[in-house]
Amino acid sequence: MSAATIVSLPDQSTARIPKMNFLTKENGLLSWLLTGDHKRIATLYLISISFFFFVGGSLAGLIRLELLTPQTSLMAADTYNKVFTMHGVIMVFLFLVPSVPATIGNFVIPMMVGARDLALPKINLLSWYLYIIAGFMVIYTMAAGGVDTGWTFTSPLSTHYLNTHVISTGLAIFVAGFSSIFTGLNFIVTIHKMRAPGMTWFRLPLFVWSNYAASILMVLGTPVLAITLVLVVLERTVHIGVFDPAYGGDPILFQHLFWFYSHPAVYIMILPGMGVISEVVSTFSRKRVFGYTAVAFSSVAIAVFGFFVWAHHMFIMGISNYAALVFSLLTMLVAVPSAIKIFNWAFTLYKGSITFETPMLYAFGFMGLFTIGGMTGVFLGATGTDIHLTETYFIVAHFHFVMVGGMLMAFLSGIHFWWPKWTGRMYPEKISQLAAIVTFIGFNFTFFPQFILGTLGMPRRYAAYPPEFQALNVFSTAGATILGVGYLLPILYLTWSLRYGAVAGNNPWQATGLEWQTQSPPLTENFPEIPIVDHEAYDYEWLERQQEKEVASVG
Amino acid sequence: MSDSTSTANGAVVEVHHEHPPYQRHHFESVDQQFDATNFAMWLFLLTEIMFFGGLFTSYLIMRNWYYPAFVEASHQLNIGWGTANTAVLIVSSFTMAMGVWSAEMRKKGMLILFLSLTWLLGMAFLGIKSIEYTEKWEKFHVPGLHWSDSSFLNPASDPEVYSEYHDKPLAPDMAAKTEMYFFLYFAMTGMHALHMIIGISILTFMIIRARQGAYTTGHVTYVENFGLYWHFVDIVWIFLFPLLYLISRY
Repeated sequence: MSAATIVSLPDQSTARIPKMNFLTKENGLLSWLLTGDHKRIATLYLISISFFFFVGGSLAGLIRLELLTPQTSLMAADTYNKVFTMHGVIMVFLFLVPSVPATIGNFVIPMMVGARDLALPKINLLSWYLYIIAGFMVIYTMAAGGVDTGWTFTSPLSTHYLNTHVISTGLAIFVAGFSSIFTGLNFIVTIHKMRAPGMTWFRLPLFVWSNYAASILMVLGTPVLAITLVLVVLERTVHIGVFDPAYGGDPILFQHLFWFYSHPAVYIMILPGMGVISEVVSTFSRKRVFGYTAVAFSSVAIAVFGFFVWAHHMFIMGISNYAALVFSLLTMLVAVPSAIKIFNWAFTLYKGSITFETPMLYAFGFMGLFTIGGMTGVFLGATGTDIHLTETYFIVAHFHFVMVGGMLMAFLSGIHFWWPKWTGRMYPEKISQLAAIVTFIGFNFTFFPQFILGTLGMPRRYAAYPPEFQALNVFSTAGATILGVGYLLPILYLTWSLRYGAVAGNNPWQATGLEWQTQSPPLTENFPEIPIVDHEAYDYEWLERQQEKEVASVG
Repeated sequence: MSDSTSTANGAVVEVHHEHPPYQRHHFESVDQQFDATNFAMWLFLLTEIMFFGGLFTSYLIMRNWYYPAFVEASHQLNIGWGTANTAVLIVSSFTMAMGVWSAEMRKKGMLILFLSLTWLLGMAFLGIKSIEYTEKWEKFHVPGLHWSDSSFLNPASDPEVYSEYHDKPLAPDMAAKTEMYFFLYFAMTGMHALHMIIGISILTFMIIRARQGAYTTGHVTYVENFGLYWHFVDIVWIFLFPLLYLISRY
């Protein structure tokens, strides 16, 4: 790695964390549990989603260990079904959906728009409590014996054939859904109504735009999942309902309602991550994001198109050929705004002064892996290839490239990027660069072989497989071990840095967002005075002039 | 601009100038506060539309598939009670609107009166609904729990309904689908009733607060936003009534 860096830290011998900040303002457990401060709620969210990520990740480790051998050696087939179901439920509903919005978004969006807090602080806190209730219900489900429907709750499997804890899981997801609705609602209101004077829509950082788009999906999609799960729970309790063909219901209706949310949910998971990448790429190449308006509108376009592609999950489930044709075309259309983003980030890098701090390394990982994940999504959107590849490991590899290679990389990128703002201290640079590289290598080892396995025809969701697939599965499991190390490292060194990290100062990255123009960690009310915005987003010359002014006035 | 100002020795002095007490700390002005909370309420109602949308979609598909069963099953509902409930809700929407108006006009007595009337009408709706639910239980029309097809296999066995509609007996497989109708009937009206119960609980809280003089000092946001919720719940019923009660009448 070259020595070039944009990091500028205050003189460590005199620098101190500001005495008055949102972490120190009040003490005691109650001041946290009853807080209305978006930054504290974001911190609560960060701790809780890290916990569930750890649980979900451990389950992933168990899955990979079981698949080391072709036979069911570590656990019985029905246990395996429960393990991958719980892995999916926890990772999707308790980690990926709230990951960037509820933690990083919660923390920075009010500051980015120049507000003191989200519009509805109590609703924000309520959202965290709902999340925690949902989390406890999921833990209860696991303790009581788990559920084995897969995270998709396919009816009539979930309503008729299985005797596991579908009801408690369904209700948990119902509650988690409202937690996510309230987060999305809060963001939309805040972005519309709480912007500082001069902060026009096209001066907003792109992170705000992408979270706005994701919030639209949360607000409009999640209630449909909620009512679907209520109907599943009712169907299981009174043994009559609209989904089970044995009672005269329509299992395809379940699929339509479920994927009407769960496809947009994929964009709920990825859009905020794309926002992180926009911020990071611009900051570490010292350039305004190329095609700002196109990137902003592509987020909204993804949200809008995202609502009209759900049936591509159902090509083999008996929808009509004409519907498959239309949904296939629409699916390919949604790849366009995603490609716009990737190309614009690439053009942002072009002739930029690129430095390779940890957030940027994760962002590079994101761009490569998301591109592969997205392109394979187009393969799957084509009806012909889909029929061969669906329900194989190709699907597993595809969505892990998008969700883990994309969103998780973006999440880690964002956590490292805003860590100095959040805690006032830097993370250790060298070891975190190592972690970013280890994660990237481990990820590719884990999931690339699964593309090959899928094309060869290995079906997903089985505990056993034919022996000829073993070599690639061993590769995948070995990669998962490396990936595990890559995820454990940040937990260790970020905790270490809370006490021993270098004091970061207000703006270690020389970034332009309003959140960097205030102290780190910020005051409870974010700004001593509400800023008046007179410059575009990513205006590095404005930043330079600001700093010259400061030097002049101090001198 | 700011509510708190740091002084030289680091102590924070709270400076409240020209802020009404009901303005929350993080808003710049009362207008902004009203705008934001009002907008949030409309968004919440949008999620509610999507929430009920799932039920309405299921209803429309099942109704198309099993139309004869839905017609005969709907004859079991009492249009008199349904109409009465529709009237009750429409009047309650009027009293709620008057409540908002009284709050805006800062008339405390009238506000309490209209909120209480709305409360009473809401309870009346639930009372009528429970009469209807009881009747369903007595006639074995509660799907899954207390169910029998006999009123549809042999309509003449139920002289009260038969004398009005003269329904023909349904074939056994179609008669079984009347259970689907009642499943949707209970799911939809039950979800609506749940919203009514939540609304009445909030109303109770609001009446207590109104007696203490809240809402009539110029801060009407809470009353106005609750009014939006109450009207929304009414509108859901306006769709439920024809879809469930009047299938063979239009």
